[in-house]
Formats: sequence, structure tokens, C-alpha cells
Amino acid sequence: MSDDIKIRIRNLYKIFGDNPEMALDHVKQGMGKTELLAEHGHVLGLNDINVDMPAGKTTVIMGLSGSGKSTLIRHLNRLIDPTAGQVLIDGDDILSYNDKQLRDLRQHRMSMVFQKFALFPHRTVLENTGLAPSVEGESKKKYADEARKWLARVGLEGQDDQYPHQLSGGMQQRVGIARALTSNSDIMLMDEAFSALDPLIRTDMQNLLIELQAELAKTVVFITHDLDESLKLADHLVILKDGFIVQQGEPQHILLNPADPYIEDFVSDINRARVLRTRSVMQKTGTGTKDIAGEVDHDANLESVIEASGGDTNKCYRVMKNGEEVGILDMRTLVRALVPQGGSDDPEAARRAG
Amino acid sequence: MATYDFIFDKLGLRGWCGDGGSGDGPMSMADLLGQTTGEDTAVSAWDTPFPSLDALHDACETIPQSRDLTTGLETGFLNIKDTLKIVVDPLTQPLSWALNEMLWLMQAVPWWIMIPLLMLISYAVGRSLKLVALVAVCFGFLAFVDYYDYTMQTLAIIFVCAFICVLLGVPIGIAMSRSDRTQRVMIPILDMLQTLPPFVYLIPLIFLFSVTEPKLYGIAIILYAIVPVVRLTDLGIRLVDQDVIEAADAFGMTDRQKLFGVQIPLALPNIMAGVNQTIMMSLAMVVIASLVSAPGLGVLVLRGIRSLELGVGLLSGLGIVLLAIILDRVTKAALARINASQN
Repeated sequence: MSDDIKIRIRNLYKIFGDNPEMALDHVKQGMGKTELLAEHGHVLGLNDINVDMPAGKTTVIMGLSGSGKSTLIRHLNRLIDPTAGQVLIDGDDILSYNDKQLRDLRQHRMSMVFQKFALFPHRTVLENTGLAPSVEGESKKKYADEARKWLARVGLEGQDDQYPHQLSGGMQQRVGIARALTSNSDIMLMDEAFSALDPLIRTDMQNLLIELQAELAKTVVFITHDLDESLKLADHLVILKDGFIVQQGEPQHILLNPADPYIEDFVSDINRARVLRTRSVMQKTGTGTKDIAGEVDHDANLESVIEASGGDTNKCYRVMKNGEEVGILDMRTLVRALVPQGGSDDPEAARRAG
Repeated sequence: MATYDFIFDKLGLRGWCGDGGSGDGPMSMADLLGQTTGEDTAVSAWDTPFPSLDALHDACETIPQSRDLTTGLETGFLNIKDTLKIVVDPLTQPLSWALNEMLWLMQAVPWWIMIPLLMLISYAVGRSLKLVALVAVCFGFLAFVDYYDYTMQTLAIIFVCAFICVLLGVPIGIAMSRSDRTQRVMIPILDMLQTLPPFVYLIPLIFLFSVTEPKLYGIAIILYAIVPVVRLTDLGIRLVDQDVIEAADAFGMTDRQKLFGVQIPLALPNIMAGVNQTIMMSLAMVVIASLVSAPGLGVLVLRGIRSLELGVGLLSGLGIVLLAIILDRVTKAALARINASQN
């Protein structure tokens, strides 16, 4: 791959209980989560996790509650220590770090945004935003400009002297994001950052994050239980279930090629026309048997193509990337892609997918 | 003879007991009655005594009587007293000095400086003119009925003792909040300090220090009043939102930064509630401490009881109530201000 890998997770296990080493042996011999809890009273948090997180991209870790996604993200800055395995950041094994190195990692190389915002209630918005520099002992005067810059970037001008409880949930999370940005770290960990917000505000915040990403290209690790959200944000999608990875890869790829029934279930409920892009369903070989009705961008979603075609399935489009042709999109292929694979005999699935 | 003779006979311990049965020990009332009426103390099954120390002593002289236990405790304490004093005396000497200096200071400053000063302090703490007026009226009244000096003495003692309670109590509370083990050890001690009748503190202290030393009542007040500030500091820090602590960790705060930058500021409402309770409890104890020469309004209460001076007792009681109201309102006003800035 041409992408640099920023964070590598290798064979990561986490078991909660009195004697995790003993339980680890059982898990490595193939014991599942339920048996481990029933027979040994240990909770299997993470089971053999291997993920490569590309630099400058958004990696979304998705799973339902109890799937271990929050546990996993806390291993990246060692709020939780693993039972076994490695976490490499820029090639450094952070599990070998001492306290000082670890603090340095948390202050300079990583920042975190929390589901419940976790702002300091006794500090003003400005002081909260400047948390990272203030931890290093910088005075308020010194960090104020930087903090104000990021507050303005997330749309919170002139609220410097408010206290967090005076702000709405959405605004508090904007402070949370500004706080993470002010640390100027390469990596941003977002733990269900938008889950506690209203749907409309959540969409706003997602768009804000996409904008910021286009501008700053940080390595974002985003945790969510919402598939729509993960498809919207992800460059790399990891789906967790009961502590192990069910499937990971490009979101479009997962959507079109679900690895097992669990994922199929998951993806059957979403609006495929809005999520799928032309580049995922086009044919690479440009054998234009039909007349080309027009050009579409490779990153356009299928909804826009359907709209352009007026519903005519006989049309064909040329898919363009940076002004060059990269493939041909047949409307029939497009319509077929709207139905989950293997679900075409099932009118219910078709209805849901349509 | 005695009810439990059979035990020692059966076990063959008669020789160990000595033959005399109940001989030279002090007689029980039943024995005495038996002697005077000339009847043997025959005991029916209904009246079988509990096998207590005294009952067993009747049967076997080697078993001590319960009075031996209490005298034993006393001699035990008297034996370690001198050693204990060598350690405790220098440690607590600063308390005597502080109390003496404070008592002197509060009485030496003339009333026309002192009362405005107290009003100023209450304004600084509570930011409420109503409160200042209340302070002025209460002290004005107490001075008007010629209880000014007594009031100042009581106040001086409370200031010193409550200050020391906070000085010691907050760090103890912090230590408890950081380790479950410390908490497990401390909670029974705090329970004991809280439930032990206040008079009981005084007895061993009288043995240790001379009654003329201020630290005698100082220690009693501190022991009694320190409990709430310790408990509420511990509770307050433990109640700090775990998410906020996690955020502090995630941004690389050191333990010290977390403690002073996050935990203590967020626990402050609880700590202040503890300080309020501590002040109220030291006021309660300062009255009892007048039994061991603590000056102040308590002395007047004591005089009211001793010589049945109803008027003096009532008026000084009212004085204590007024003082309690002022201290409570001022600390609560401070608490309210902290709360207002946080939620």
C-alpha cells in the first residue's frame, strides 16, 4: 500500500479478571467469550486484534455495545493496558514506554474526544480548550491565541469565558474537538464522540469533522455504533463483535462483499444508493457497447447518478477521475448493486435495501 | 456454694483455683444479704447468673473480678502515660501556643476593630449584605449583654481548632480517597471518634496533660470535630466524575496536576460542607470542654448548671445559638458561591 501506517495493532488481547494470564491460554486454544465467562469468570475484552491504521486517514471502529470498541481505543493511549500483544505508533512499541514517555505521548502525539464530552466543569471554555498546553505549564496568555484559533475553527467564537454547563451538548462537544485540536497532535482518538448528540447536530458535527479532515489530514480513530456514521466518515472500517474483528477494509468493499451473516444483517438496513460510490460499482474495462449518456465523478454516490439518468436503466456513464476516464458505469449494474447480494430472492430485503 | 463451682470441680481445676472459694474478695450484695439473714445464698434455676467474671470469681478465686479489669485498664494507661507524654507533649505543644495566642489576640483587639473586621470577613466570604447585617446584630447583642469577652474566647478556640481540623483532615481524606485500604482502616476509627461520648475523650486527656494547658481541650475538640471534614473530603474526591479524570489522564496530566487541578477543585463543594460540619461540631464540643477549663460561653453554661443560675444559663445558651447561626450561615454562603460557579 502506498499509505503510511501510523498505528499498528498486533495480536492484541485483553482479558478482564483476577488471573488474565491463565484465561489467555484458554482463549488462545480457542475458547469463546461465553464459555470463558461461565467456566473461569473472566471477561474477554479483545481477542487477537490486528489493525493497521493509515496515517492521515480516518479509521472507524464499529460495533455494538459490549463489542470491545471502547476498550480497544483506550489501548491506543494506554488508558487500559493489554493482556498480550503490541501497539506500535510510528513504529514505536508504546507498551514499553515508561511514565514520562507515556505522558509525552498523551500530551503531544495523541488527543482524545469523549462521548460525554468530559470537559472540566470548573474551567472556562478557553481554559478547557487550552488543556494540552496548560498541562505542560504554559500560561493562559501564551496559549490563548492558539486556543481561540481552534475555537473559531469549530464555530465557537466569543464564548471564551463561558463555563461548560452554560453551553448546549453540541457546543460542548465542539469545545471537546477544539481541545483535541489545540494539542496539535497527529492522532485524534474519538470515542463515540457524536453518539450523545441530537441527530441534526450529529450530522453537523460529522460534516465539521470531514471538513477538518480535508484540511488537516490527521490520523483519526473514530469509535461508533452507528453504521451510517461509520460509512460516512471511514476511509478504513473495522467491524468488531464480541471482542474480535469480523471484517475490516474499505467501507464500500465491506458493503458490497459482506464477509458473514452478521455483517449482512448490519448492512441490509442502510440506504445503499446514498453510501455507494460510482467507483465501487463501475466496470474498469472501458468496453463501451452502449452510447455514453454522460460523465460522472468517481466519488459521486449512486443517488446522484440515478437522479441524472432520470431512472432510465438503458443508459451508460463514463466515470471520471481528475479528468481521466477510469471506467464505465452501466445503469443495470447500478440497480443490481442497490440490492444486497444473496438477498435478491427475498422481497423483504429488497424492499429494505431499495 | 457458688453456682459455677461444678465447672472447676469437674475439670479438676480446684487446685489451680485455690481452696478458699470466695474468700477475701469484696462481697456481692447477695452474699451480704445472705450473711445478714443467716440463710445460705441458695440460687434457684431461674436466677442462675450469667457466667460473668464476678460469678466465676465466686467459684474460683483465681479468676479476676470485673473491677480488676477496670483497674487493670487504669494502671495500664498510667504505666504507659509517661512514655506517651514524652511523644505527645512536644507534638501538641504548638496547639497550646496557638490557642493561647489566638485567645490573647481576639481579646486584645478592641471591639470597635473586631466587630467590623468580622463583618468584613463575612462579606468577603459570603458577598451578602444581609449576612453582614446578621453578623453585626448578633455580635452587637452579645456585646450589649456583656458577653463580648466570652464570645471572643469561644470564637478564638473554634477558629484555631477548625483550622487545624481542616489542615489535618483534608490530607487524611485525600489519602483515604486514593487507597481503598486506607479507607478501610480509617472508617472504623472515624466511626469510633464520632460515636464515642464526648466526655470520654476528656478522661484520658486529663491524665496526660495538666488541666491548665489549653491543648487539653484543644485535642478533645479536634478529635471530635475532625470527622466530617475527613469523610466529606474522601467522598468528594471519590465522587468526581470518572470521565473527567479519564480526560485528565488522556491529556497526560501527572497525579499532582490531577489532584490540585481537577480532583480538589471539583470536590470543593463537598469539602466545604465538611468544613461547615466541622465548625458546628467544634462549637458543640467547646461547651463540653469548659469542664476542663476551656474558656468562653461554655463556662457560663456550666455556671448556670452548677449554681442553678437559670438566667445565666439561658442567656449564654442563646449566645451559643447565635454564634452557631452566624458560623453556619457564613460557611454555607461560601459553599453556595462555590456551587454556583460549578453547576
